[in-house]
Amino acid sequence: MYACLHASGNLPLLLECARFFSPHIEEIGEDAIVFDVRGLTSLYGPPPQLAREIDRRVGINANIAIAANPDAAIHAARGFRGMTVVEPGREAEALARLPINLLCASPEVAELLDLWGIRTFGDFAKLPPLGVAARLGDEGVCLQRLARGEGNRQLRPLEDPLQFEEELELEYPVDLLEPLSFILARLLNEVCRRLDARSLATNEIRLRLTLEKASDHTVVLRLPVPMRDAAAFLKMLQLELTGRPPAAPVLKAHIAAEPVKPRRTQQGLFLAMSPEPEKLELTIARIRHLLGPDKVGVAEVMDTHRPDSFALRAFSPGVSISTTNRPTPRLSLRRFRPAKYAQVILDRERPARISSPVANGSVAVAKGPWRTSGDWWRTDPWNRDEWDIEIASGGLYRLYCELDSRRWFVEGSYD
Amino acid sequence: MANTGTALQLREIASGFQKHEEKPRLSTGIPALDRLTSGGIARGALTEICGPVSSGRTSFLFALLAAATRQGECCAWIDATGAFDPLSASNAGADLARILWVNCSGNTEHALKAVDLLTQGGGFGLVVLDMADTPDLDVRRISLASWFRLRHAAERTGAALVVAETKINARSCSSLQLELKRKRPVWTGKLLRGIEAEAESRKHYHAQSAEFTAVCHEGVN
Repeated sequence: MYACLHASGNLPLLLECARFFSPHIEEIGEDAIVFDVRGLTSLYGPPPQLAREIDRRVGINANIAIAANPDAAIHAARGFRGMTVVEPGREAEALARLPINLLCASPEVAELLDLWGIRTFGDFAKLPPLGVAARLGDEGVCLQRLARGEGNRQLRPLEDPLQFEEELELEYPVDLLEPLSFILARLLNEVCRRLDARSLATNEIRLRLTLEKASDHTVVLRLPVPMRDAAAFLKMLQLELTGRPPAAPVLKAHIAAEPVKPRRTQQGLFLAMSPEPEKLELTIARIRHLLGPDKVGVAEVMDTHRPDSFALRAFSPGVSISTTNRPTPRLSLRRFRPAKYAQVILDRERPARISSPVANGSVAVAKGPWRTSGDWWRTDPWNRDEWDIEIASGGLYRLYCELDSRRWFVEGSYD
Repeated sequence: MANTGTALQLREIASGFQKHEEKPRLSTGIPALDRLTSGGIARGALTEICGPVSSGRTSFLFALLAAATRQGECCAWIDATGAFDPLSASNAGADLARILWVNCSGNTEHALKAVDLLTQGGGFGLVVLDMADTPDLDVRRISLASWFRLRHAAERTGAALVVAETKINARSCSSLQLELKRKRPVWTGKLLRGIEAEAESRKHYHAQSAEFTAVCHEGVN
């Protein structure tokens, strides 16, 4: 059994009323909704009483119709004023007086029906079905079934927008992390349960804390892989809040999760092991909390000649294709960050002696200079002479002289 | 009967030693060192690499990283002093996308905590703790219990844990100790072409030492 509400320009009100009775609601254009009321007769009584209850609940002047199928209810609500209850099995009789234009036929069919003198549902229902099929085709057959109130389609319910948000207003301000953790755990569990129910995960958790006499405190967790592990989220939020605590006691906590499809991976029998992404993310969060945000990640060499240019990005190893070629070991540089200031004595414009926190003594071999410069259009250009030196006590270093300031630095050691 | 029992016990002890020796290996990427270490460094064990400045420790470790990432392993580089040079690692053939770099900026305690977290977490094929530039005094302060904990974590998760330093410190906790020595740099004209180094195994019974040469990458290093 289905109920239809029809009122022009009041769709939100109609929806609100329908949601009180049923979660299965279909929007019909701009002015009507139809919803499933099966089973409600045991709660509200027979259909006329149910119609009165709906009328009481809607609170505005709307047409209400109850029928055994959605289409009959829609036509009755659009065609009759006030409350209408179409008894099951007597739909054709009840709808017979309705004007034919309520069927919303295509212009060609509507013109033909007009030429034939068909004015009401009843007139159309009386026509022989075979003749209608021969002259009007499939559309005619469908329309005639609707005119007889014999529609048997399923409801196409509205899909609620996917929102995974939870909030909790506290009875008294909370200024300690531990009690706040219990609240966050509760909210996260609920969000993750709802994600789980829809087979979704999240790659972004946003926490907004409303503070007492201070602006909101926001924490955003961006995850490289979709997850829905409430315990891991809680630990990450705790780490974030410990590192950057709210400035005032918390009055309200609001958590929102961005829904995404969960991670699907096909593990290979012969692939090397890799860390579980969820566990790894938590480990990285702990290390980040220990060292700072810009100390952990994957280094990416930048496409520039500027010395020591790299960017850090999130660690997210994919499947790698192994290659068989074996490269030879390369001489590598160990960098001093920042480069160590050095006092250098020159002999015939070559470093002869060096004094620095990392390398001291006479220079046995000095090869260079290698002049490099660049980024002159920026505020931090570089312009320097580089030397590769071997000091007498052992040790190979890269030394450079800033040409603008004539100061010497040890950039790193070859190892 | 007593002799048979003793023989069985001895056989069990011998097989125990044999099992201990038969840990899977991770190739070092340098054939001479693979021969020296009977196939590479042991997985699920702690290996120490020590040597002075410019003795090829970093070149060896980058070759190891390159070999591990070529096999699809995830690696972690815990950098106690922030000396890791991504360009050098990339030139050595390491896949940077598979290397998690943790820059501890000179804090040895943080480096130990980070290596502990990563090794305990599991999933990494190779974990390198680079303390090559850390002052000896700081490294010596690391207790034997900490080394034992790291060794145990490596055994449990199967990761090859490698520690680079200037002197051996983990003592009995390390399954292999490689001491690298600088032999000579290779200069050609105005160019530094590489260094020749010698590796000596301290805890190995089959071979004593091996030599290898780390050459400069063509172009800007």
